[in-house]
Amino acid sequence: MDLLKVNWGRRKHSLFYYLFLASKQLFPLDLYLFSPNPFRFDQPSSSSRLFDFGRMSQAGVDVPAKGGFSFDLCKRNDMLIQKGLKAPSFLKTGTTIVGLIFKDGVILGADTRATEGPIVADKNCEKIHYMAPNIYCCGAGTAADTEAVTGIFLSNIDMVSSQLRLHRYQTGRDSRVITALTLLKKHLFSYQGHVSAALVLGGVDITGPHLHTIYPHGSTDTLPFATMGSGSLAAMSVFEAKYKEGLTRDEGIKLVAEAICSGIFNDLGSGSNVDICVITKGHKEYLRNYMEPNPRTYVSSKGYSFTKKTEVLRTKITPLMERVEITEVGEAMEE
Amino acid sequence: MDLNLDAPHSMGTTIVGVTYNGGVVLGADSRTSTGMYVANRASDKITQLTDNVYVCRSGSAADSQVVSDYVRYFLHQHTIQLGQPATVKVSANLIRMLAYNNKNMLQTGLIVGGWDKYEGGKIYGIPLGGTVVEQPFAIGGSGSSYLYGFFDQAWKENMTKEEAEQLVVKAVSLAIARDGASGGVVRTVIINSEGVTRNFYPGDKLQLWHEELEPQNSLLDILNAAGPEPMAM
Repeated sequence: MDLLKVNWGRRKHSLFYYLFLASKQLFPLDLYLFSPNPFRFDQPSSSSRLFDFGRMSQAGVDVPAKGGFSFDLCKRNDMLIQKGLKAPSFLKTGTTIVGLIFKDGVILGADTRATEGPIVADKNCEKIHYMAPNIYCCGAGTAADTEAVTGIFLSNIDMVSSQLRLHRYQTGRDSRVITALTLLKKHLFSYQGHVSAALVLGGVDITGPHLHTIYPHGSTDTLPFATMGSGSLAAMSVFEAKYKEGLTRDEGIKLVAEAICSGIFNDLGSGSNVDICVITKGHKEYLRNYMEPNPRTYVSSKGYSFTKKTEVLRTKITPLMERVEITEVGEAMEE
Repeated sequence: MDLNLDAPHSMGTTIVGVTYNGGVVLGADSRTSTGMYVANRASDKITQLTDNVYVCRSGSAADSQVVSDYVRYFLHQHTIQLGQPATVKVSANLIRMLAYNNKNMLQTGLIVGGWDKYEGGKIYGIPLGGTVVEQPFAIGGSGSSYLYGFFDQAWKENMTKEEAEQLVVKAVSLAIARDGASGGVVRTVIINSEGVTRNFYPGDKLQLWHEELEPQNSLLDILNAAGPEPMAM
């Protein structure tokens, strides 16, 4: 039953039929490390991440139980491209991300716009990811890649934040920034630049404050101030003009906010609000939406108010599971 | 204008290694570029492998960092097993093994230099492809094209430490003047029987060469004079 060979002539609603059937199948949890993802694109027009099952959609075909990457979908994708179907674009974080070292620690900053081609997909996304209680990482590039490489990605134990936590349990010590750096660098290098994640990693550990940048190909730099992403040039110009060593906390936050704002206003891929994270010895502050220089404005100065509330016509509560009362009679079971 | 921010991080680079009477001097510029953007204007391209052996990296930043990390790890184990400091020849050989066996994937040229008690100061050049050549002086990177003739004329045997370092700084600053992919500061590392000395020559203190102008109304002067907030509107 060739569910997966999409027939172009079908109308939109049959797509849900495919999804419905695909989701009912069991799919193998293959965790092959090096593989470019054969994205599924069923809808001809706009990109829709909902249908991006990747390998999971091999359900309907008889997948042989051996290991290795199955290239069936790649051939299908090529055929569709030849027929003129445009692949969906990845959700990228256009981004301005910055970091700087100040007197007592590290300040990281990021904008909050996530773009999908020319459209803003998320106006308030979080780009400052948690790695360890004393280490945070800003991510630019493909949103999925930065989330996956830094996060606690449950089906693939590889991911750096969870690796760091296991390492902490094993060693009994707080994580060091250089550890996170090496894990990230190894991961990104092994994918030879295909995991499109450009990161600014900052934290304070027992050896002091550290700030590093990591490029998608796996190279790293250690700097007192750093910017990454499409807005990096705009932000770097602010840093180069105004950075000096030994900034206080308020000066540092002000400078970081200024650099991000410069990215927000001068770069099309960055926008919305400013997130800031201040890490010092033994203490961190995540200032989500520290500044909102692009508030939503309404046509009417009063804003909107809805006088008539929604009427409740009928209330019916159906319990999904029967409540079963268990009464203990007699003695406990013995093995 | 090819400002391709997704280009792999490469180090345009000028790297130089020179032997002198009693040790070696390694020198490098500090520019790391991503396409046409300078990603890091103060990078350190001379990395430590062991206490007495350093390597100058050029080419792809990621590849050279990974190779030097692996070789540092191998040399650490080797030193423990051997019970004495590793020799420069062994370090160069390990780098060569990685570079040669992975020649299809790696794009990095390296210069290994150090001092050991058996051979004294030695320089080994390991260009793309994985050859290893023991040389009295070695140059590498995109800026090295401008230095072949210079070294043919200027290098001589049995220089003193000061002469050798001056030669290295002069060479790197000449290459910086002519090569767009090299710039920033000049870093040197001197390795001899006494130990290791790192030096740093900021870019604006380097000697000016033919047709270079004295800075006039330089932004650096305005910034330094007006205090911490120069750009108040």
